[in-house]
Amino acid sequence: MGRLKLFIPLILFLVLAALFYAVETRVSDGEYDPKALPSALIGQPFPAFELPALLSGEPVDESLLKGQISIVNVWATWCPTCLYEHPYLVELAERGEVAVFAINYKDDPEKARRWLADKGNPFRVNIVDQTGQLGLDLGVTGAPETFVVDRAGVVHMRYQGGLDQAVWDRHFAPLIAKLKAAEGMTN
Amino acid sequence: MRLILALICLALSLTAVAVVETYDFVSDAERKRYNALIDELRCPKCQNQNLAGSDAPIAQDLRREVYRMIKAGNSDQEILTFMHNRYGDFVLYRPRVTLETLALWLGPAVLVLVGGGVWWRLSRAPRQAANAALSQAEEARLRAMLERNDD
Repeated sequence: MGRLKLFIPLILFLVLAALFYAVETRVSDGEYDPKALPSALIGQPFPAFELPALLSGEPVDESLLKGQISIVNVWATWCPTCLYEHPYLVELAERGEVAVFAINYKDDPEKARRWLADKGNPFRVNIVDQTGQLGLDLGVTGAPETFVVDRAGVVHMRYQGGLDQAVWDRHFAPLIAKLKAAEGMTN
Repeated sequence: MRLILALICLALSLTAVAVVETYDFVSDAERKRYNALIDELRCPKCQNQNLAGSDAPIAQDLRREVYRMIKAGNSDQEILTFMHNRYGDFVLYRPRVTLETLALWLGPAVLVLVGGGVWWRLSRAPRQAANAALSQAEEARLRAMLERNDD
């Protein structure tokens, strides 16, 4: 027994090492992000807003997001990761699995229009949030962030960071399949 | 004495924080409330900084929001609830006690109890190893070893 006690530090070390290794593997796989902040909005209706659309200039509100499964991408021209994910958003809009909306967050609308003219516009409607007030109501901490909103306008997920196929397959596709299945049952 | 003073200054300097903007308050009470709130609220973008200590854009926005709400006559509780509704438990340095935050509240106490328990056990355990008398055979071996070392 006394001799066994001597091994306690080693056993503790091995347990901790295994734990850290497991967490670190999940981090490098992109499965777990320790910096990701859980959204306080999950299961809540998308916050009310009334803001102009970027291209038409017409005012839009939260009813825009009702009636279909949508993603809402928070972006700005000052955000480098938004440049990275833009081609993927274009591809996603072409696939048409979900409606792609956007919030142009604390940006210069003129620059934003030029960006979309240059790089293509994947967004059905771009909500202009120049002051960041809607971003605040959404609990946005920076750009890019992407929200998944169901047919009833309820938020189901918030993803912080750039989108690409791998991120989509891992984080978005299962949820959207689930939402579609749930819709199929109620129809 | 001078050393103690220096140490106190050193300890206090940790709480000195830089806020970029300056806001006008009509009373000292309002200013105190503002400072207490931005001290208490955590910057959602940063890993461990309060609103007062961060120059992240989101921290600036939230400071502006705190100022706006104080000006609009909201109570401290209303401001904290407003932030909590948007940014969740993360934003409060003293999170509400829920099932999820229970580990944060009880964790330190549990660790102290575990550490205290181990310390108590160790301090009561008889020091057998040190006091144990050697058997005759062991004595002989020890002597032999020491003699060999003398060469």
